[in-house]
Amino acid sequence: MPIEILMPALSPTMTEGNLTKWLKKEGDEVRSGDVLAEIETDKATMEFEAVDDGRLGKILVPEGAEGIKVNQPIAVLLGEDEDASALERLSKPAPQSAPAPPRPTQSIAPAQAEISPTSHAHVERDRGANGRIFASPLARRMAQQSGLDLAAITGSGPQGRIVKADVEAALSTMRGRPVTAPAKPAAPPEGPPPAAPTPPSVLSKERVLALAGNPPYTERPLTAMRRVIARRLTESKQTIPHFYLTVDCEIDELLRFRAELNAKSEAYRISVNDFVIRAAALALRQVPAANASWSDEAILLWDSIDIAVAVALEDGLITPIVKSADRKGLATIASETKDLAERARAGKLKLEEFQGGTFSISNLGMFGVRDFAAVINPPHGGILAVGAGEQRPVVKNGALAIATVMSCTLACDHRVVDGAVGARFLAAFKKFVEDPLTMLL
Amino acid sequence: MAERNFDLIVVGGGPGGYVAAIRAAQLGFKTALVEREHLGGICLNWGCIPTKALLRSSEIYRLLHRLDDFGFSAKDISFDAGKLVSRSRAVAKQLSNGVAYLLRKNKVTVFDGHGRLAGKGRLAVEKNGDPIADLVAEHIVLATGARARALPGLEPDGERIWTYKEAMVPPAIPKSLLVVGSGAIGIEFASFYHDMGAAVTVVEVLDRVLPVEDEEISAFAHKSFEKQGIQIHTGATVSALDRSGDNVTARIEVGGKALDAAVERVILAVGIVGNIEDIGLDNTAVVVEKTHIVVDEWLRTGEPGVYAIGDVVGPPWLAHKASHEGVICVERIAGVNDVHPLDTRNIPACTYCRPQVASVGLTEKAAREAGYEVKIGHFPFIGNGKAIALGEPEGMIKTVFDSKTGELLGAHMVGAEVTELIQGYTIAKTLETTEADLISTIFPHPTLSETMHEAVLDAYGRAIHF
Repeated sequence: MPIEILMPALSPTMTEGNLTKWLKKEGDEVRSGDVLAEIETDKATMEFEAVDDGRLGKILVPEGAEGIKVNQPIAVLLGEDEDASALERLSKPAPQSAPAPPRPTQSIAPAQAEISPTSHAHVERDRGANGRIFASPLARRMAQQSGLDLAAITGSGPQGRIVKADVEAALSTMRGRPVTAPAKPAAPPEGPPPAAPTPPSVLSKERVLALAGNPPYTERPLTAMRRVIARRLTESKQTIPHFYLTVDCEIDELLRFRAELNAKSEAYRISVNDFVIRAAALALRQVPAANASWSDEAILLWDSIDIAVAVALEDGLITPIVKSADRKGLATIASETKDLAERARAGKLKLEEFQGGTFSISNLGMFGVRDFAAVINPPHGGILAVGAGEQRPVVKNGALAIATVMSCTLACDHRVVDGAVGARFLAAFKKFVEDPLTMLL
Repeated sequence: MAERNFDLIVVGGGPGGYVAAIRAAQLGFKTALVEREHLGGICLNWGCIPTKALLRSSEIYRLLHRLDDFGFSAKDISFDAGKLVSRSRAVAKQLSNGVAYLLRKNKVTVFDGHGRLAGKGRLAVEKNGDPIADLVAEHIVLATGARARALPGLEPDGERIWTYKEAMVPPAIPKSLLVVGSGAIGIEFASFYHDMGAAVTVVEVLDRVLPVEDEEISAFAHKSFEKQGIQIHTGATVSALDRSGDNVTARIEVGGKALDAAVERVILAVGIVGNIEDIGLDNTAVVVEKTHIVVDEWLRTGEPGVYAIGDVVGPPWLAHKASHEGVICVERIAGVNDVHPLDTRNIPACTYCRPQVASVGLTEKAAREAGYEVKIGHFPFIGNGKAIALGEPEGMIKTVFDSKTGELLGAHMVGAEVTELIQGYTIAKTLETTEADLISTIFPHPTLSETMHEAVLDAYGRAIHF
């Protein structure tokens, strides 16, 4: 029986992807573990490996196809003793199941330069003095029943009319968040609308333009990564009770020590950030309560300390992970972060290299930022925002002195990390940074 | 041979293809249309239109037999089958010429020949095996349509065993007729020939006639056909057709038993296959499944620059669906704003049997299976003044609403002129009206359309006239 190869979900957030390259041709022998194709997700380009042995019978989705839904068949694998005639059997329909089954290759989207992606440009909606919003009766009722504000929904119907599909789309972006909508409409359908509960975060282009007073602008389409950043960080700021703790760390000793280490060998080059990663990892080992995540059932204290390090990309950012960072020496951390950052910028990270982690670090010191507060990257319990090391006046033994100071701000998920726990972590971190020899212990 | 360059080429001149070509020309594309037989396709030449002409004749013939009901009398009522057929052909011819005129008016270049893909952006056209043109275009839209399916052992011979094509040009009305298949095509011919005086037997493999319609509508129609005298076997198959003498003996297997029926003619209407052969798909990335071309919601095939619309991409095999796909396809290519993929739930379907059947959206069963909690409304024609005045009291309207949102999920009709009524519900559905809007709409009195209002009221327990 031929096996259908389905579009894989290469990350939990992946719903669709692009097939950038086929590495096997129709007719090629395939062994389990062979790389079949390169698939681009919202985060990276990944290699897709075969699970079964056989022969690639038919490629269903051409190279360059975009927006292929997860679990859509992309190719057919033939068994050892099967020939092409088996493909025809496969294409025979399953017994008709009601209602109409979706056409299996509905989302084949061959990359076609000649089709300019129609930007579904929504016609300017007239919301003149009377503030009339064009919406279908059904959309109106559904919005009312679920407590949605129609003004916050973009219409995709004729002349920008809001239709059922738009309300459904708005509702699905709300899903996963507590919704305060009443279970049943408080008033009969024709009555006055019930007091509007929290509207969803739906920001149509029209609305933004109207709020901004319609100045001229250039439009940049949303990339998959940008959407993920927007969704995850919005979710983070809206659902995680953040609080912030800042410490100043003197790093003259660390800089001196770093110069000494780097002078000893050409084999490695340790950055200040590598020290920060190691110090944070060791501090988490001392304060395990800060290496934890919230879940509705329990707080999860992580056994390993995997530190996600934010890397800026041209059009977004990604957080490759230094795994078991508390068990790695500075040179190892240095070479790993360099390799991860390079491959992150090339879009070549493997899934497990950027998914997960237990704690994050974001460093904007190289841009001269003194201190800042970062947004927690769920499900982490905290993120450390690292500023620039700069010379500042400090008071030592009652006298003014000059020291190189680096301000670090910890953002904590208060559901997991209370103020005292965060403070203990920062104290431990500061001690490692200011006395870097202890990092070697 | 010199190449001819176009922006867009349509292969096939049926209701999908010619509409796509005209819309493309309107949008400023230099457009060509390649048609191998006649403009207007099956619909106009061998389908929708000529059958409607025939059914108009049978309707009149039936009324002539009811003259007494209306206060008339006449003697020696007879007909000339040849004249019926020539009227039907004249109607088709008139409309086909109309299509030629419309294409000319829109400056679409028409090639009379067979088109075949010949490499990226290229189409070779030949006539009787001789190449007549090499066309080049960035976009090629395949609208090659479909044809009747032949079952093994039940092959049409064009003489006594017919497909729709022969059934449309009968030299005479047979005394007896077997119709295999009770979809729209089969049942329309069954109605026509029955009303023209043939003894008609219908065999349907599924458990009910008009199997894609709502179950209650199927049952209503079934009863009505049987009352008229059409013999119906459901859950039945025809296992053999023996031509012997002037007759055909059909072996009908039903309920584990076999019975032989001798009939003069047989019409095979057992489904449709896509016209995918010899159009140059072999060396392309076009995917074909179950004789139909696979396309995405914008009608793109797997091959960049090649699109497919209408019957060749699959059911529902309806002319208006093909036309609509043609428009969506070329508007998308042209980058027109606000183009939306086809919503199959808003495609109405009409069957011109007697009584007529029309529907849009989900059947009650499909709605329940899709997880909706439904409110169902019914209204019989017997409660409608206009239906009784017309002498057509046989009919029923059924509505299916989502009880949660009031969305009109489906509407199903059987009775006189319902094919003209269904568009009212189709507009309502396309505009996403709820029961509240339909209830507050004023339907004119006295019309058959009042039954539509009442069927909405009934779903909410508010029917007035029943």
